[in-house]
Amino acid sequence: MSARPTSGERLARFAVSPARRRKDTFARMAILTATVIALIPLMLIIYYLLRKGLGSWSTSFFTTDPTGNTFFKSSSIGGIKSAILGTIEIVALASVIAIPVGLGVAVWLVEYGKDSRFAQTVRFFVDVLTGVPSILFGLFIYIVLIVGTGSSYAGYKGSLALALLMLPVVTRATEVILALVPGALRESALALGAPRWRVILRVVLPTALPGMVTGVLLAIARAAGETAPLLFTAAATLKTNFNLGQFMNSLPVQIYSDVTSPTTAVVNRAWGAALALVTMILLLNVIARLISRRSRLA
Amino acid sequence: MRSPRPTSSVADIERDSRSKVDEQARDGLHASDAPASAEGTTATATRPVQAERGLSVRLEQLRAFYGSTEPIKGIDLEFRANEVTAIIGPSGCGKSTMIRCINRMHEEIPGARAEGRVLLDDLDVYDPTVDVVAVRRAIGMVFQKPNPFPTMSIFDNVAAGLRLSGRRQRDLQGKVESALRSAGLWDEVSERLGDPGAGLSGGQQQRLCIARSLAVDPEVILMDEPCSALDPIATLKIEELIDRLKQRVTIVIVTHNMQQAARVADRTAFMLDGRLIEVGPTQEIFTRPADPRTEEYVTGKFG
Repeated sequence: MSARPTSGERLARFAVSPARRRKDTFARMAILTATVIALIPLMLIIYYLLRKGLGSWSTSFFTTDPTGNTFFKSSSIGGIKSAILGTIEIVALASVIAIPVGLGVAVWLVEYGKDSRFAQTVRFFVDVLTGVPSILFGLFIYIVLIVGTGSSYAGYKGSLALALLMLPVVTRATEVILALVPGALRESALALGAPRWRVILRVVLPTALPGMVTGVLLAIARAAGETAPLLFTAAATLKTNFNLGQFMNSLPVQIYSDVTSPTTAVVNRAWGAALALVTMILLLNVIARLISRRSRLA
Repeated sequence: MRSPRPTSSVADIERDSRSKVDEQARDGLHASDAPASAEGTTATATRPVQAERGLSVRLEQLRAFYGSTEPIKGIDLEFRANEVTAIIGPSGCGKSTMIRCINRMHEEIPGARAEGRVLLDDLDVYDPTVDVVAVRRAIGMVFQKPNPFPTMSIFDNVAAGLRLSGRRQRDLQGKVESALRSAGLWDEVSERLGDPGAGLSGGQQQRLCIARSLAVDPEVILMDEPCSALDPIATLKIEELIDRLKQRVTIVIVTHNMQQAARVADRTAFMLDGRLIEVGPTQEIFTRPADPRTEEYVTGKFG
């Protein structure tokens, strides 16, 4: 039979060994370093955006179109009004198309399709679509709606390209959130004698709302920043235009064309436009978060 | 202690149950209109027009499947109206599956199906013309874990079943209050009906869930281990509640706790491996069981 252990023996058995302490410190440092490294480029981007972009901001920057004289006077090159309005219109139409369809697909996958073969197939293609480079959506619309119909660029064609891009993002994000809603909630609502569609509308969707808002926002932000799908579907005008059936400017396309200009003032306008785009997306995030917080009870 | 619900005059009760008959004849347990009024009224006409408003439930050769496994292997069992029947048996013997077959929740699981008959009074709930939504309105269910709807207030949780039915509700306030009183929760929450239901204690949440199922005025309530997540005091409250509720509804309660079965149940059924071994008055099952397996289980030799 073992005797009562001495305090030294007890220490040897229960104390944290130096080797383990070293491993713990190392692991913590590694994770912290990774976090800091990830933050560096993010901070730098914001820093440069503010430093270079704020300089070109002025009232006229937001109230004039980029149609000024770029050769002689740098003060008269014009602002980004048409680009901001164009982005808002194009993205709004794309959202109106993609969000309801994407939500519908997600609800079907989670509530009805479940693990059926067809649902698995849909899920597979949604995943494939998420990985498709954005320029392909632009190309697709270009070939079908511009080359195919022999017509020219239009704002709504840009919206369609962006909608295609948003669709898989909205679907995947909301599907994940809907699948997180506990099955017990659905069951107890069904057991109360509620038809399935009412259970979805009144119990499942409200419970998932905050998460769905985040998912939808990610998709909108992604679409708002895309240049490639708009280059040969909507762009090539600099004037303000409210008709989605005609050429339409947008922030990403404006940035794209300004950055390659030899004129310093025009390049600076690109920085200002980039800052405006980031600010818009930030505002959208804040607003949506406020809305979803208000609607959440618990 | 508050009395279970002001039991009004006989005339009141008669009017009450008559309006219920009308309501059922109108809405019908049936999906299609034609057989609804005919069978709906025969089903209700045979019911005694007395204070007892619960309906009996009879299982006839009930079998349930998950894909190729068969957790319920043919059960004949009657739950008498306005009685509490406890289902006991070791884990995995099919107790929960069986009661989920009664209100057709079993079929919500992909690949699950049931065979045989479940007669609510004399209406087969598996009849193809029967609307599953109406069945679940008549047969309420309380789950193991309290699960109030997290986005809803206390009031909205109780009103949920009424609102989710989609019918216009007269006197929603009154119905919610009466359901909360019946569930013995009114005095604790009447001042904060607008607070989130998820903010209540576990025991209160479970009584909220009972109030929620009472609000749609079911004839039968199925309880799947309703106290297993609760402390002894909350459990006691639920048990007292069950005792009062059987005036109104037929209760089937699955429990792992044999003392609980002994305390609340008029009759007790013992299940083993998907089969009914024995059913009888609770007293008899615990003191003079007919089957040696029942005796072994209730005396704690296995399970």
